[in-house]
Amino acid sequence: MSKLGNLGARLHRGEISYDFIGKRKIWYGVSILITITAIVGLAVRGLNMGIDFQGGAVFTTSKTSVSVAQAETYAKEASGHDAVVQKLGTGGLRIQIAGMDTEKSDATKAKLATDMKVDPESINSDLVGPSWGDEIANKAWEGLGIFMVLVVIYLAIAFEWRMALAALVALIHDITITTGIYALVGFEVTPGTVIGLLTILGYSLYDTVVVFDSLKEQTKDITKQTRFTYSDIANHSINGTLVRSINTTVVALLPVAGLLFIGGGFLGAGTLNDISLSLFVGLAAGAYSSIFIATPLVADLKEAEPQMKALKKRVLAKRAQAAAEEEMAEVRVGGSEDPEDAAPAVVGPRNQPASRNRGGRGRPSGKRR
Amino acid sequence: MAAPKRGRSASAQSKPGRSLALILIAIVALTGGMFASGNTTPRLGIDLAGGTSITLQAQNEPGQPNAINKTNMNTAVEIMNRRVNGLGVSETEVQTQGTSNIIVNIPKGTNSAEARQQVGTTAKLYFRPVLAQEVSAGAAASASPSASASGSSSASPSASPSSSASSSEKATGSSSASPSSSASPSSSATSQGRAVTEALKAGSTPSSSASASSSASPSATSSADASASASASAAASKLEAEYTALDCSKATQRATAGKTAKPADATVACGQISGVWYKYVLGPARVDGTDVKKAQAVYDTQTASGWQVQMTFTGGGAKKFADVTAELAKNASQPTNEFGIVLDGEVVSSPTVSQSITGGQAEISGSFTQQEAQSLANVLSYGALPLSFKTQSVTTVTAALGGEQLHAGLLAGAIGLALVIIYLVAFYRGLSLVAIPSLLVSAVLTYAIMSLLGPTIHFALNLPAVCGAIVAIGITADSFIVFFERIRDEIREGRTLRPAVERAWPRARRTILVSDFVSFLAAAVLFIVTVGKVQGFAFTLGLTTVLDVVVVFFFTKPLMTLLARRKFFASGHKWSGLDPKGLGAKAPLRRTRRPAGPVAGPVDPKEA
Repeated sequence: MSKLGNLGARLHRGEISYDFIGKRKIWYGVSILITITAIVGLAVRGLNMGIDFQGGAVFTTSKTSVSVAQAETYAKEASGHDAVVQKLGTGGLRIQIAGMDTEKSDATKAKLATDMKVDPESINSDLVGPSWGDEIANKAWEGLGIFMVLVVIYLAIAFEWRMALAALVALIHDITITTGIYALVGFEVTPGTVIGLLTILGYSLYDTVVVFDSLKEQTKDITKQTRFTYSDIANHSINGTLVRSINTTVVALLPVAGLLFIGGGFLGAGTLNDISLSLFVGLAAGAYSSIFIATPLVADLKEAEPQMKALKKRVLAKRAQAAAEEEMAEVRVGGSEDPEDAAPAVVGPRNQPASRNRGGRGRPSGKRR
Repeated sequence: MAAPKRGRSASAQSKPGRSLALILIAIVALTGGMFASGNTTPRLGIDLAGGTSITLQAQNEPGQPNAINKTNMNTAVEIMNRRVNGLGVSETEVQTQGTSNIIVNIPKGTNSAEARQQVGTTAKLYFRPVLAQEVSAGAAASASPSASASGSSSASPSASPSSSASSSEKATGSSSASPSSSASPSSSATSQGRAVTEALKAGSTPSSSASASSSASPSATSSADASASASASAAASKLEAEYTALDCSKATQRATAGKTAKPADATVACGQISGVWYKYVLGPARVDGTDVKKAQAVYDTQTASGWQVQMTFTGGGAKKFADVTAELAKNASQPTNEFGIVLDGEVVSSPTVSQSITGGQAEISGSFTQQEAQSLANVLSYGALPLSFKTQSVTTVTAALGGEQLHAGLLAGAIGLALVIIYLVAFYRGLSLVAIPSLLVSAVLTYAIMSLLGPTIHFALNLPAVCGAIVAIGITADSFIVFFERIRDEIREGRTLRPAVERAWPRARRTILVSDFVSFLAAAVLFIVTVGKVQGFAFTLGLTTVLDVVVVFFFTKPLMTLLARRKFFASGHKWSGLDPKGLGAKAPLRRTRRPAGPVAGPVDPKEA
């Protein structure tokens, strides 16, 4: 069987687990650092807004022998504005002219066609008025706002407000990081990027929701036991769904990687590329944040509840007691196995022995295997 | 689709065959419908098929803050649709998008420049009295190649023949009508027997004699108009200078002439009649385009005068129009008895008036073809809209690039799908027998529905939509992963496969529903709020999310239930992906498996 399956089993039983909650301070730190970097990047470098956001024209020619420098001169002459020319994978050229009026575009296109000796009908053009990008961006912000409000309401109803809040923080985290990377690397921002970014909304939450779902299920009767604190269970939830999280992310990234590969390799710059690039960055950030940020945050918020505080006290007291007992009865450990095995298997940590003082579902793995 | 599904999902648990049959019927019905309706492929958007796509944004006219509403937008769409499709571009598609945008998609192979011009024309319509009019210098050159030699001389004698030549081609009807120039209103009035409807003569077409006179003495007419209306003010002399300098045959001059004129001022303007550019001096606007309530092209069967345009004015407009026509009718000679219908600074028509037209109804007749009449009617009713439109983006994609992008999108999808399948096979082994058909069913359903949505709701597959579909592969596959991981967890707890599947399902189902709901919410909000490319993407994402739920409920789960009965899976074959040993099921529970089976069995219906 595959290694991951085995890993899944061991994670499931808690034989191995990574203490996500315990080390949350580190990850918060990492995230804050990345976020600050992203914000600084945004503030200092700003986003490289594409033609769609500043108005202008993009002409794409079919395969041509005109060089990039030549095309730049032609474009400058034809339009009276500076032009940026890129060579495409297809052998064609992509000529971007910022700040050009939509009305002047036809003349410019015709002139370019004669200069470069290509059929004007074979030139693709994309002309954008200066306020259109604002319209797209404003609508996107509007959509973002509405979505966030709705999703917080939904999560607050389906789960609870703490989870909704944590999910929101994770979401903002993802978006900040993604835009920050765009600012730092200097990728061009196009409507395609916005599409990608907005998709991350759904995806980032999708991932978070699955972890929360398992968390909710496992903490249903949390106050009726004294073995685990909320954080312990949260940690177990993350570990239990870790294999799924990895699988989901991989499966989501694979098609996006395909898009990126094809979009970048085949077409050069274009919508496909823009969407998949921001998706790729955002998905990675989303997977990270649902594990390292969202769930620990929920745990933090939950532990602040008086109920959970009381529980934690009880658990700690019990553990101290158990530890003391264990020390005395170290020799008898082997005998404790049978009754526990006969118990019906129930998901969740309730049937776990308290024989260990470790946080997770501590079962001495050495003895099992 | 969602309602019956939910009701049946409970029974589907125990009868996997039934829901499998159901989804098979759905597939057969959808693909059958697809072939029956002849829409075997999804309609392609402009960026994949090639063509031109124009986005226009409606803007309120000053003083009319609430003009952007559904009714006005729909009227605008309707008018634009008629305008562009009047060009013989039957495939052109005009749609509203969001609250204030109109998308015009012009497919490849049509005259996109002309269509664009039609669509992009900002509609500011005024009725202005004509003070002077003449063939613009050099007009002959553009008008008739045959006359170019003489026309190039740009002297008035050469201009007048060309104008008469040009007017003869359009005004065959008008020349037949123009002799009766004075008589026709009365004759039409009597023949129609309607006091309210009055006849106007169309165009400056009015015959060679008129144009000859106007071209012969431009100074005379301009001086005449100056004395008549403008009372020799400084503004008038400035206007006169402008008028003399104006050369409407030059596109650069046309582009600026009269475009910035305020409605209350006199202005110069250009207008094209039968391919010849005329220049005009126009008085202040007397009637607004918004005063026109309705305009339509009708074929006059009674007088056999051919196509004409009927206008109905609003209450205020009727009075203004009566006043202006009364004034104009006093001027017996051309062109001062004409009024110009000025659309965005350009004279689209300049009919003559022979008597005051009261009652709020008017007809413009002349030698219109059906197309001309309809186009004029459109212009007139377009002017009634208190909206102006601004071109926000124009995208032209050649068919070659469109094909290339489609190809790349499909290739990317195929690669993505292949990678996902490889991953699923590697990781889930035998379970991929469930996952892969599920993905395929999902793909078939998506394809069929997209094809069917083309003609029904004008869904067009564009590049972002393709992207959305590819991204959806991940979401769909994830539902299986949630389910499979749940089953594995149950097996790890020591259950045998069949109870494991039944116990895992309710929990997986809840997770899938919750997470799909979030995803769908994102898609729905994006679809409603956003504009442009984002919308196409959101639509596919939403569609595939819904289909994901359908497929998981009606296909994946029943198939899993069926397969769980097979020995290969139930016995936990090494390659089944459900090998308890491989999954590291609790060893001690093996001992209790025999009792556990029956015990777990009755639990299932409760859970389900």
